[in-house]
Amino acid sequence: MRTQTMQHAIDAGELVLTLTVGGQPCGVPVLVVRDVLGAQGITRIPLAPPEIEGAMNLRGRIVTAVDLRRRLGLPPRDAETKPMSIVVEQGGELYSMLADAVGEVVPLLASDRQPNPPTLDPAWREVSRGVHRRDGQLLILLDVERLLEIGGGR
Amino acid sequence: MDDLIADFLAETHEGLAALDVALVRLEKAPEDKPTLSEIFRVIHTIKGTCGFLGLPRLEAVAHAAENVLGRYRDGALKVTPDGITLILQALDRIKLIVAGLEEKGAEPAGDDAALIVTLDDAAEGRFAAAPAPAPAPADLAEAPETDPPAPDAPSAEAPQVEANAPDLPAGAAAPPQSIRVSVDVLEDLMMLVSELVLTRNQLLQVARARGDQAFSVPLQRLSHITSDLQDGVMKTRMQPIGNAWSKLPRLVRDLARELGKKIELEMRGADTELDRQVLELIKDPLTHMVRNSADHGLESTADRRAAGKPETGRVMLNAYHEGGHIIIEIADDGKGLNTARIREKALAQGLATEAELAGMAEAEIHRFIFRAGFSTAAAVTAVSGRGVGMDVVKTNVERIGGTIDVASSAGRGTTFIIKIPLTLAIVSALVVEVAGERFAIPQIGVLELVRVGGATGAQVERIKNAPVLRLRDRLLPLVSLARVLGLEEEAPSADIGFVVVTQVGPATFGIIVDRVHDTEEIVVKPVPPILRHIGVFSGNTILGDGSVIMILDPNGIARATGVAAEGANARAAEGVAAGMRSAGRTALLLFRAGDATPKAVPLGLVARLDDLPVDRIEFSGGAAVVQYRGQLMPLIPMGGAGLSPEAEARARQTVLVFSEGERSLGIMVDAILDVVEEQLEIKGGTDRAGFLGSAVIAGKVTDVIDTAWWLRQAGGDWFRPNEPVVAKRLLVVEDSAFFRELVVPSLAAQGYEVVAVSQAAEALALRERGAEFDAIVSDIEMPGMDGFGLARALREGGAWAELPLIALSGRADAPALARARDAGFTDFVPKYDRDALAASLAGCLALPVAAG
Repeated sequence: MRTQTMQHAIDAGELVLTLTVGGQPCGVPVLVVRDVLGAQGITRIPLAPPEIEGAMNLRGRIVTAVDLRRRLGLPPRDAETKPMSIVVEQGGELYSMLADAVGEVVPLLASDRQPNPPTLDPAWREVSRGVHRRDGQLLILLDVERLLEIGGGR
Repeated sequence: MDDLIADFLAETHEGLAALDVALVRLEKAPEDKPTLSEIFRVIHTIKGTCGFLGLPRLEAVAHAAENVLGRYRDGALKVTPDGITLILQALDRIKLIVAGLEEKGAEPAGDDAALIVTLDDAAEGRFAAAPAPAPAPADLAEAPETDPPAPDAPSAEAPQVEANAPDLPAGAAAPPQSIRVSVDVLEDLMMLVSELVLTRNQLLQVARARGDQAFSVPLQRLSHITSDLQDGVMKTRMQPIGNAWSKLPRLVRDLARELGKKIELEMRGADTELDRQVLELIKDPLTHMVRNSADHGLESTADRRAAGKPETGRVMLNAYHEGGHIIIEIADDGKGLNTARIREKALAQGLATEAELAGMAEAEIHRFIFRAGFSTAAAVTAVSGRGVGMDVVKTNVERIGGTIDVASSAGRGTTFIIKIPLTLAIVSALVVEVAGERFAIPQIGVLELVRVGGATGAQVERIKNAPVLRLRDRLLPLVSLARVLGLEEEAPSADIGFVVVTQVGPATFGIIVDRVHDTEEIVVKPVPPILRHIGVFSGNTILGDGSVIMILDPNGIARATGVAAEGANARAAEGVAAGMRSAGRTALLLFRAGDATPKAVPLGLVARLDDLPVDRIEFSGGAAVVQYRGQLMPLIPMGGAGLSPEAEARARQTVLVFSEGERSLGIMVDAILDVVEEQLEIKGGTDRAGFLGSAVIAGKVTDVIDTAWWLRQAGGDWFRPNEPVVAKRLLVVEDSAFFRELVVPSLAAQGYEVVAVSQAAEALALRERGAEFDAIVSDIEMPGMDGFGLARALREGGAWAELPLIALSGRADAPALARARDAGFTDFVPKYDRDALAASLAGCLALPVAAG
């Protein structure tokens, strides 16, 4: 049974998949997400920008994996934490964003969104579309397009 | 003809869209050469294509615009906003005409004279105050109205239709043997087959791992069917290369008329098939090259008559399969490339220095025509001669993994040879491993695999830090894949592994890998845009085991490491040609010191190469020394005083170490370049102290250093023997002045009194005069009486009949040794193995020999 907010959010296309990167709750619009996968075999790509973790095989398609921690200038995750892959499509190519953990799909209304606080780290500000207050924590809504502006494009 | 126009329109639209943006960019940055070149190229392509599609209006406007752009590109005119406006106007006009063409299939009527005059004025540097925007709207109004002129154009096309006619009745009479299938459907099929191949490979791998017999038979069948299906689908994509040639006869005919030449076009192997994707990509380069051959390659009729050639010039196209490649040759029987002009032009454009050019082989100079902006045509015609061209051709050919080469001989013609893969979709690749990561190398470029290191394998040698492999008497430059990719090498002594011998163009080099796994059919998928800037990968793919693997691009590796630079190619090729003729060849160490001219020293004289940390070099009394094995080794700077600037920057100094018994001496140089085996011919001695003269080595003029002179710089005691020995007298018979220069000081340094003569006859004359020696050292290969002759003459009798006689020769194999002993030599020493000579002399002289 859907709550009214949920329905509203679905209508407005404002469902968000929550994820955690370096302890920070984040969200990406659910509509851009193609798949969520557990730890995968990833092939390293030498000479690639450091944010690029490598390439992986998603049912016969090659997906380029971007490590969100490195993308956001955070320390590397410890060896035990296996990253989760959030697969998105951008310009006809598949990319996987590696996060520490993936949460749930929640409705977040654009009307509740706050602009980036001025104290937000520049690395985050660059890719943040705004913040939401949720369960007493701040959730950063990520701009996937900006996140994937890496390497030659930047 | 409709197809051609449609192709042209599609291409032109693309080009024009890019141009608007590029022009605006150019206006902001008028100095931006690449942008200018890009604009120029697009306009040039449009003009060229219109030329043979018979679109005179479009061609005229494009030509005028190209003229202006050409002046910009050469720097003859400054890029001004007015100029850009003018070019944009010309573009608008081109778009207008193209729009008309799209609508009616023929150029709309209209008058571009005013615009062309303005453009021509601009090209001359005159700017009409009011450019001609006026005619444009007039055209716009005119074009839709004036339908009547349109029939003109179709009538011009009429013969073309007739030419195709013979095909029609045949097709009409019999039931249709072929159907039209859209390219998209074929592409989709191809993609599905690719996926199927991958899945099949995956299944095979799983089955192999499980060892499950139950599946093996149906799996085999699946595998066969998949392969057949793959072949079948590939075949649907194959088209005879003749399709790309169909426009050429007309093109050549028109050219012949335009240029007033008689040209015959001969096409062989038109039914040779290749993948349509490849075909599409080489169509334009081919057209361009045929045009070039007809325009530049062939002389005018009068010139041909004067040269005693048939009046009709021939342009020949030839296509054939060779291995997994298709070879296309474009040949003409014209005047050949003008080496002198290319050389001048290369010099004028600063592509090479005079010294570099002097050292280059002709074929090497010819390759300059593949550089961007290089054109030697004296006259710029509507056809060609602006230097857009061969570089574009080369880029296009390389983009599809092909290579291009040129062979030309003056007065007899020029041949371009293009080698391209048959298909781009599925390739066989070698899976290699380095630093724990796997990579695929397309088999196309792989010549062979060599196991190196270990007890049995060939050894990787190092010249300074550059690894090389001696492969069948050739020095093969090696590239460490781990280093290219910035990976950790497994161990510092990672010389155990495999060398993948790879060919890029005419150059050959080896790629060092740790392990070689398997070959696998792979489907090349492009890398995502965020990885395109990495030049060493041509794509990626999924292997049978489901893992993703990067596909290496040997062209990219060569570019990244400079291992197959244009100049190096010819040298490598010469190396092959020269093969085993080792007589008189000497291993030479090439290095740089002081100026840019390479310097050479026989490798045999150098005891060791060292790369010393600068802080270990001490200065004592103004002279550089380094502590080495408890002794002070003097260091002599060859390039001016003190450390070289490169050494300062690197904090390490490269040193050639010469040793004599306990003593060592170092010569400080800037950089080690190479080790080559060459026949050394020193030309024109120089007056410069320290140099014996210069020689052409590895295609470059090289200073050959006078080792003895440099060693003397270390101080007088270098040549004073360690322990005073009874001075034995030696006679050295050696025709090469260079080797006399080398061996005499070296022997003198060991305490002998040395007399050197250049001929056997001189030696015999000395004997007649009653000269006395303790031993004779003689070369074998000499003009006049050779070493064997001398030995026999001496042993026949006379005062020197009992003297120890030591032969020096480049060839030190068993038969040569036997022959030397037969002739009467006491011992036989490889040429300029100093230690061996010293040992041999010591041995011979210790023998109780009756001194004459």
